[in-house]
Amino acid sequence: MLLELDDHATAVAQARAVGRRRSLTVNAVRILLVVAVLGTWELAATYWIDPFYYSKPSAIWNRLVDWFTSGTSQGSIWTQIAYTLEEALIGFALGSVGGVILGIILGRSRFLSDVCAPFIKAANAIPRIILASLFVIWFGLGMSSKVATAFILVFFAVFFNAFQGAREVDRNLVNNARILGASRRAVLRTIVVPSATSWILASLHSAFGFAIIGAIVGEYSGADKGLGLLINHAQGTFDSAGIYAGMIIITVIALLAEWLLTLLERRLLRWRPPAAGSDAQI
Amino acid sequence: MRTQAEPDGPAIELRDATKRFRSSSGGVHTAVRNLDLTVRAGEFVAVVGPTGCGKSTTLSLVSGLEPPSVGEVLVHGRPVDGIPDGVGYMFQTDAVLPWRTVLDNVATGPRYRGVGRQKAREQARDWVQRVGLGGFESYYPHQLSGGMRKRVALAQTLVNEPSILLMDEPFSALDVQTRGLMQDELLRLWAGDDPLGRGGGAAVVFVTHDLEEALVLGDRVVVMTAGPATVKASFDVPLKRPRDAEEIRLTPEFLEIYREVWESLREEVQITRERGTGNAA
Ligand SMILES: Nc1ncnc2c1ncn2[C@@H]1O[C@H](COP(=O)(O)OP(=O)(O)OP(=O)(O)O)[C@@H](O)[C@H]1O
Ligand SMILES: [Mg+2]
Repeated sequence: MLLELDDHATAVAQARAVGRRRSLTVNAVRILLVVAVLGTWELAATYWIDPFYYSKPSAIWNRLVDWFTSGTSQGSIWTQIAYTLEEALIGFALGSVGGVILGIILGRSRFLSDVCAPFIKAANAIPRIILASLFVIWFGLGMSSKVATAFILVFFAVFFNAFQGAREVDRNLVNNARILGASRRAVLRTIVVPSATSWILASLHSAFGFAIIGAIVGEYSGADKGLGLLINHAQGTFDSAGIYAGMIIITVIALLAEWLLTLLERRLLRWRPPAAGSDAQI
Repeated sequence: MRTQAEPDGPAIELRDATKRFRSSSGGVHTAVRNLDLTVRAGEFVAVVGPTGCGKSTTLSLVSGLEPPSVGEVLVHGRPVDGIPDGVGYMFQTDAVLPWRTVLDNVATGPRYRGVGRQKAREQARDWVQRVGLGGFESYYPHQLSGGMRKRVALAQTLVNEPSILLMDEPFSALDVQTRGLMQDELLRLWAGDDPLGRGGGAAVVFVTHDLEEALVLGDRVVVMTAGPATVKASFDVPLKRPRDAEEIRLTPEFLEIYREVWESLREEVQITRERGTGNAA
């Protein structure tokens, strides 16, 4: 008995050690890769290619430091970030709530989805980026036109997934719930919504990216604040380092949001069997 | 639920019921036709028939999930319109909620029926114990074996204390040993001191394609014809209760009734098989 326990402990310790060594190697190779790429770029820009067009890592880094310490041409960098983030978040929240609600309603109602199908197809075929210009005319240069662009991008991404998720609910589960005594509302709340959740969460990942794109593109088409404006300004002054620096800030924001969404997903989808290849087994 | 409209009337009555489906090719497919079946309160009826003949369809008529195309379905003497009170139904395929733990899955029925969370959990805990899943309360379905999931489904159905229990090949996916255990357990729960409510127990319609299982469990075995199904014959099972699933199948009485029913069932299986090869050719 004691021996068995010992064995078990050893096996666990071994598995841990193997896992740790593996992730150490993976990270080391990653860092090496980044250093190699940046180093080559820096060298190339110093000796062969024109840094005016291609910029170089040290210049981008200096630009970032400059932005964060002494501010940008448009004012404090934090103001720009906060402004863009606010647009993206409002658009994201409104778009995903609207997409989820409408998607589930249409997904559960054969009649409504039949009626709306051609309109939704048509609306989805519109190149949505162009709407950004329209929204500037409609809502002006302020925040609402960017929120509207972010909203539209997020809405469609989430809507189609929620629709599909609500439509593909296992009939068996619905019937079982009805037999167990569920009302129509209870079926919606306890069967349809949870079944659609994995579909919806999957779409939220790309949707936040869309929200940021929407906000930035909106700012591009005309704005008085925000990261998009900053990038637009950098473009106007042939400041390639500024464009890269803006890009990096946006990427970091998107990665942070991705990380938060993954946490949320883990929390909500605890019930799901771990995906193949993950480490539930040793 | 325990008060029935007519205490002495039959629990289930199918009168000349026919069910047609629109088939994918646009035609009409008859799944069951002119079905007459009566199940007394507290009676355990096993239904056997060749595959695809319409057994599941019959259960869906009784459960109220599907209305009959022609004919009448009565439960507790009342025509079925929607899902009747007191019906429990274990589906042929798994229907436990993958996003709920064992305990919450079993508590689902009481929660739908307006029982408070605490109370529902208590009831559920009790039933989880009874089906032998004590200790697995906080597991999710994907962490259970197929047999354990069936037990969850059984507890989920029984916790509502149905007066009519419909079971659609509940144990067919299980290995032989587990199946024997589950059969014993089902008989114990059905007839036991209190489990299903009254001394009389629930009226059970148990669909299976396994004749041995039908005879081990049932008071009566109903043989259905090849599809579209109708009742071909009904055999009373003259085996004493309580029965032990493992031992009873070795007795001479068992073999005798087995031979008799199999004689009837074989013809239908034969017909279905010939059709199958006919379609394949
Ligand atoms: N919803 C439906 N729509 C169309 N046809 C259906 C539907 N449900 C069942 N059928 C048809 O009715 C017939 C009987 O089906 P049913 O599921 O009742 O058979 P079964 O006796 O339960 O078979 P098995 O033993 O394989 O479970 C089949 O031919 C099937 O194709
Ligand atoms: Mg069936």
